Amino acid sequence: MSRKIRVLVAKPGLDGHDRGAKVVANALKDAGMEIIYTGLHQTAEMIAESAVQEDVDVVGLSILSGAHMTMFPRVMDLLREKGAEHIMVFGGGIIPEEDVEKLEKIGVSRIFGPGTDTGKIVEFINGRFQDED
Amino acid sequence: MRPGYDIPELLERFKKGQVSAAARLITILENGGIDAEAVLDGIFHMTSNAYRVGFTGPPGAGKSSLIFRLTKKFREKDKKIGIIAIDPTSPFSGGALLGDRIRMQALSDDPEVFVRSLASRGSLGGISNCTDEVTDLMDAFGKDLILIETVGVGQSELEIAEKAHTVVVILVPESGDGIQAMKAGLMEIGDIFVMNKADHKDAELAAMEIEDTLKLKKIADDAWRPRVILTSAKEDRGTGEFAGLIEEHRVYLEQSGLFLKKRRQILFSRVKNALMDKMERRLRASESVKNIMADRMDDVYEGRLSPFRLVHELEKIVTIK
Repeated sequence: MSRKIRVLVAKPGLDGHDRGAKVVANALKDAGMEIIYTGLHQTAEMIAESAVQEDVDVVGLSILSGAHMTMFPRVMDLLREKGAEHIMVFGGGIIPEEDVEKLEKIGVSRIFGPGTDTGKIVEFINGRFQDED
Repeated sequence: MRPGYDIPELLERFKKGQVSAAARLITILENGGIDAEAVLDGIFHMTSNAYRVGFTGPPGAGKSSLIFRLTKKFREKDKKIGIIAIDPTSPFSGGALLGDRIRMQALSDDPEVFVRSLASRGSLGGISNCTDEVTDLMDAFGKDLILIETVGVGQSELEIAEKAHTVVVILVPESGDGIQAMKAGLMEIGDIFVMNKADHKDAELAAMEIEDTLKLKKIADDAWRPRVILTSAKEDRGTGEFAGLIEEHRVYLEQSGLFLKKRRQILFSRVKNALMDKMERRLRASESVKNIMADRMDDVYEGRLSPFRLVHELEKIVTIK
């Protein structure tokens, strides 16, 4: 049996709008991936610990609250602490252009803004993992 | 990029209690093949009779929420908990949306609780094909109690009865006539029946109906009589009593000697199932079977040869002494 790409999709912080996260989770599922959806109001600690226990390849964070400059670095740090720096982190939500650059600098692989075609996200993730197995 | 892995090194780190190593070993078990066999070889001697509880019942009955509440109760008694939460794989895309963690998030900061979501990956019995092995791994990792949540099931997904010491069937008042339909399957495997959503106006009546159905069953005097309990996962009502019932069933199994018997049954059926799987895979891959079928299927299509007769011919090339 071949290995499936496993993705954790989480909503860190306080905003309660998870439509986008659900749309992405569903699109990735339809592309044959296994999605662990953890729901709303996650702390960075919960996300990192879940990602490790689930041995995911990818973490996708959706943030609309403006807390992205706190949340992304915190999740990245915790993953590193837990020996899981190999996990690819991507994001979505309302994130200003200048912050996108900063986030990519600290290792966030890609930020997908509102209106992104979900096919692009699928392609992006598949592109990272397809030359294996 | 996905990092490669080194099984002996992972096993070393696993023995030191590293969650990331345990998590990766589970992935290897899930993916099957020779590597999965090597992992099981490496940990099987470390399993030590962790108690296995299976939870089944229709989708939306509150399985995840109740498991969350129960885990909290068992943690008060300092039990180390492993949770295996299984959700269905889409037969169309091969993907899966594993959402059981949503109800259990408050557990992720407790280092003594290990939650793993598994996709059913084509298994039809309401669990994943690697459920036994993942349970072994959590057992070897030092968990005292392993809670296995099946995909929401109807009538035929009863495999959990072959994996667990205690089987809990979770129902809700809305199940209504659905309960009737389930009698043949689910009603026969439960050691404990939970009527969740006790705040619902029909909950007590529904629980009584279950009691009535169970009364029809012939049970020896000294045997375990399945119990029915009302709970509300939302309001955390009845959950302490529920935890107590699981404990009571465990004590019953131990004192009656059934615990060991059940453990043997579980292992016996595992060996049998694994053998069947392997044989089936070998048969499917067999070139000579394919060739004979390519030759002889026309005779079946044309009505000259019955399907059974062809199977007799095929059997001759399979040698089992």
